[in-house]
Amino acid sequence: MASTEGDIRQYVISVKVENRFGVLARVASLFSARGYNIDSLTVSATEQEDVSIMTIVVQGDDRVIEQVKKQLNKLINVIKVTDHTDLPTVEREFVLVKVNATSSKRAEIYQLGEIFKADIADISPKTITLGVKGDPENINNFIELLKPYGIKELMRTGRVSLLKE
Amino acid sequence: MKGADIIVESLKQEKVEHMFGYPGGVVIPIFHALYNAPFRFILSRHEQGAVHAADGYARASGRPGVVIATSGPGATNCVTGIATAHMDSVPLIVFTGQVKREQIGNDAFQEVDITGITRPITKHNYLVQDIKDLARIIKEAFYIATTGRPGPVLIDVPVDISNAEYKFSYPETVHLRGYKPVYEGHPGQIKKACQLIENSKRPVIYAGGGVVISNASKELREFVKKTQIPVTTTLLGLGVYPETDRLSLEMLGMHGTYYANHAVNESDLLIAVGARFDDRVTGKIAEFIPSAEVIHIDIDPASVSKNVPVNIPIVGDCKQVLAEMTQIIKAPEIDEWLAVVDGLKREHPLTYEKNDKGRIKPQFVVEEIYKQTKGDAIICTEVGQNQMWAAQFYKYTQPRTFISSGGLGTMGYGFPAAIGAQLARPEKRVIDIAGDGSIQMNIQELIVAVQHRLPVIIAILNNGFLGMVRQWQQLFYEKRYSHTCIDFAPDFVKLAEAYGAVGMRIDTYEEVAPALQKALEITDRPIILDFRISREENVYPMVPAGQSFKEIIMRELLA
Repeated sequence: MASTEGDIRQYVISVKVENRFGVLARVASLFSARGYNIDSLTVSATEQEDVSIMTIVVQGDDRVIEQVKKQLNKLINVIKVTDHTDLPTVEREFVLVKVNATSSKRAEIYQLGEIFKADIADISPKTITLGVKGDPENINNFIELLKPYGIKELMRTGRVSLLKE
Repeated sequence: MKGADIIVESLKQEKVEHMFGYPGGVVIPIFHALYNAPFRFILSRHEQGAVHAADGYARASGRPGVVIATSGPGATNCVTGIATAHMDSVPLIVFTGQVKREQIGNDAFQEVDITGITRPITKHNYLVQDIKDLARIIKEAFYIATTGRPGPVLIDVPVDISNAEYKFSYPETVHLRGYKPVYEGHPGQIKKACQLIENSKRPVIYAGGGVVISNASKELREFVKKTQIPVTTTLLGLGVYPETDRLSLEMLGMHGTYYANHAVNESDLLIAVGARFDDRVTGKIAEFIPSAEVIHIDIDPASVSKNVPVNIPIVGDCKQVLAEMTQIIKAPEIDEWLAVVDGLKREHPLTYEKNDKGRIKPQFVVEEIYKQTKGDAIICTEVGQNQMWAAQFYKYTQPRTFISSGGLGTMGYGFPAAIGAQLARPEKRVIDIAGDGSIQMNIQELIVAVQHRLPVIIAILNNGFLGMVRQWQQLFYEKRYSHTCIDFAPDFVKLAEAYGAVGMRIDTYEEVAPALQKALEITDRPIILDFRISREENVYPMVPAGQSFKEIIMRELLA
């Protein structure tokens, strides 16, 4: 009857909550109390004014994540917890990247941006700032391709995730 | 109506009969309203005492305990009491005062973020931000605290909310989208569980505090009567099944009986009812129940499969689930197993050396308390050796007669809890079995018992040590008694007298019975009995922390 430690992997948990003050702290503290660092967390307005959805991406093992999901369900302000990790979903995320761009490299970066349908958000004599939206995998690829030019700053919004019909 | 009056009116609607607390700056408006309240107010001498008293009141009566304290230090003094109640699923409503809304976050005088501090130790908490919400929040708080798996709910009330005006209307119902406790067990699961039980050869029931909370002792007894399955209980489950019965294995776990631990270890089916597989029960989890399947009945889905994988989980109220199971179940054929269990009980009883000519053995004191009260008292305990001896050597036959801080293990809990229990059950004798360490943690509450003429008996098992830590130091830390000797102590008899209580010191075996008799004759004030016990007596059996039942230390092995 041993309880073995499972493998650490990435989970995507969607938490539908009542839009009340303090809810974010309650939800986040369930992860932090177990020493889990949240990779990303988004709080999104929904079609219902008084309901928000938190999409939480976190690394953990199966047993502990199972426990966290149960604990989330126990929170009075939590309406529903859905584990999106192994379900068919559509996911989107947005990233802003400020990359070094000397005049000789500019054309290449423009070209890369075009492939990823990036917005050119800002241009300065030494840098270009691009914005890309897409699924998280796509954004990872984009960032990898920009790395050789030298990334000065980068910010990802964290993903939002909807179950497919 | 003022916010403060809304609070008092709401408490009237909830039929509150006792409230515990302590005043302070920002709750003066509420105390102003409490001046004419039709329920009894018990003024503690420290907010921690108020929360423990409310907790003891709740555990003895099955009704929620209600507390009020001021902001800042008043609120933080409640924290240990709230955490104690949270760990043991005790329904409490704790009102704290808060600075006025415009000052929140400004480090105002006596300001503290108590909703932030108590978030992980309450079932839910509120900061009232609008007078319009006040009555609804109180209604919800009572509902949340007392339903599902109960627990403490804190309501933080800014002083300007207490002073604001609004019309009073107490809601009839609550609407909580995210909170719908499940009471009814799944019929399919119940059927499967019954089949598993019917085919088992060596089943054991492991009953916990959940059976007390759901008032399911009667249903448990009927279930056992029909199935004849032996029963062990957790510390907080003591009394749900009569320990005087043949089928009782008494308590399991670190200081449980040999036969309970052995039977559970050998079982092929463990039926957990309202229990949560605490580490003090399981020991080394990998070697706990090596050959058993598990049925787990619990109202809290988060307790199921938390520590131990479960074959048949039944989420629901154990009162309902047990009643349904009793209806459909057929008794398993376990005569051989019962013979084994009988043998274990015969061969490895709880023992201690009775013939010691020296100082009194603590176990003897507990047995004598049991004898003289005929097992009809409410026993509260502090935490440590006193708690374990009280659990082992008094035989509990009724639920809500053993009151102790199980999960948090809070020293200083027992005496204030005894005050609450005595208020809830004035017809019962309430006895706090204490240690000389624990009793000094909330001794200030003695004046409360004197003031309200509560005949609580405090039986101090005085060994001049922080005994349980000393025991670990002796067994596992080379006998280095680092800072556990507390024989530099007050004179407890004089202390009792200073407070207006009765104090007696008992040094010899011959004095034990007469002192208890005398104490039991007193009905109008608290009594401190200072039993000078054998100084280095240990609690046995003992399964060392984090080890398996196989590592159990029995008294005879050491001798």
